[in-house]
Amino acid sequence: MITISNVSKWYGTMQVLKNCSAEVAKGEVVVVCGPSGSGKSTLIKCVNGLEPFEQGTVTVDGISVGDRKTNLPKLRARIGMVFQHFELFPHLSVMRNLSLAQIKVLGRNPKAADEKGRKLLERVGLSAHADKFPGQLSGGQQQRVAIARALAMDPIAMLFDEPTSALDPEMINEVLDVMVALAKDGMTMMVVTHEMGFARKVANRVLFMDKGEIVEDAPTADFFGKPRSERAQMFLSKILQQ
Amino acid sequence: MFANFDWDVIIRSLPYLFLDGMRFTIMLTLMATAGGVVIGTLLAMARLSNIPGLSQVAGAYVNLIRSMPLVLVIFWFYFLVPYIGQWITGASRPIQVGAFLSALVTFTLFEAAYFCEIMRAGIQSIPRGQAQAAQALGMTYWTAMGEIILPQAFRNMVPVLLTQTIILFQDTSLVYVISVTDFFGAASKVAQRDGRLVEMYLFAAAVYFIISLAASYWVRRLQSRIAIIR
Repeated sequence: MITISNVSKWYGTMQVLKNCSAEVAKGEVVVVCGPSGSGKSTLIKCVNGLEPFEQGTVTVDGISVGDRKTNLPKLRARIGMVFQHFELFPHLSVMRNLSLAQIKVLGRNPKAADEKGRKLLERVGLSAHADKFPGQLSGGQQQRVAIARALAMDPIAMLFDEPTSALDPEMINEVLDVMVALAKDGMTMMVVTHEMGFARKVANRVLFMDKGEIVEDAPTADFFGKPRSERAQMFLSKILQQ
Repeated sequence: MFANFDWDVIIRSLPYLFLDGMRFTIMLTLMATAGGVVIGTLLAMARLSNIPGLSQVAGAYVNLIRSMPLVLVIFWFYFLVPYIGQWITGASRPIQVGAFLSALVTFTLFEAAYFCEIMRAGIQSIPRGQAQAAQALGMTYWTAMGEIILPQAFRNMVPVLLTQTIILFQDTSLVYVISVTDFFGAASKVAQRDGRLVEMYLFAAAVYFIISLAASYWVRRLQSRIAIIR
């Protein structure tokens, strides 16, 4: 589904991604972890072309992201993305947040879009909040709306960029629960996160990144059982101590 | 000291002052604001775009306009544009534009430079994540601008935009230099015809003051009403 091959990226003279290659098969959940500044977010943003890259190729469902001829908006409409800071549109109601792109991008009629939005709000347990504005919701609720917004586009894959990092601890689980349910439904997911519990529970594979490199790419059990690299071992011992 | 003042001159000239003068002032203000905001927003988008050259052209225009006195631009437009029109169309005589149209075009283009800077600040005040979220949903540049970025930018900038409009409202009095009768021009004419300079200029000042003050007050109330819930 998602193929990243030999991707390198520079900010000026600083190389932030070094020859990264990875694959996410259909229906697979892949967790990307690593210390901050290791390039995880940059890598995931390369997948839908929010970050341009200088070398290598990324293909999603056979379509090359970096290709100049690719219709990027059209491709992005098929890939859901959830951001660390939710990025709901604060001037629009929750319902409008869910329906806007369906109407403007997919060309659905407003009624069908609202219907779809309502169903997804129910799925994330927020039916009562359809007419509120994002600013009136808690962080956890906002992030669930953001997930619903991405799902409203019927994506073929979902990208999560540290979806729980900006949340208060007591709200993390309500978001993770939605993500777990999504994974169980067979959604293809690429998740940048520090939530090792989530990784253990639903990930098929774990990618460990450090200093712009994918240091380790292992099945979940192997990664937690016997990480090969010293850096991954150090990272794990630190993060699991907490 | 007001004993030998003739306040009645104001009452007598009210219809002329307001129906002729103030109507022109308000029309010019509203139309130039509308045009200026539209062109200014496009200029701001050009300044922030990464299309080679576009940003520089828009920037040069804004800096040029902002470094010239408004009176000069009004003059320049009124007296030179007919000749430029003649030169472009190859007509035998200068193209007459008309004072109102000339003033409207001048103010629109002049204010566009200021509205551009306001809108640029407004667009830049929206977190980059908002544009990314819009893009990630498959929106094109124009959809993202029209639905996500500009509505928020406008809301953030409404107080400044309206303050600029109040300044424009006062600046329209400069059209007297091309002999157009706005509110101030009307007051001035009556003042000189009847020899009642002090009364008319005091009255004109009071009217500008009251309207500007009322508008500022209204802006402040509007600001709290349209604020985005955060």
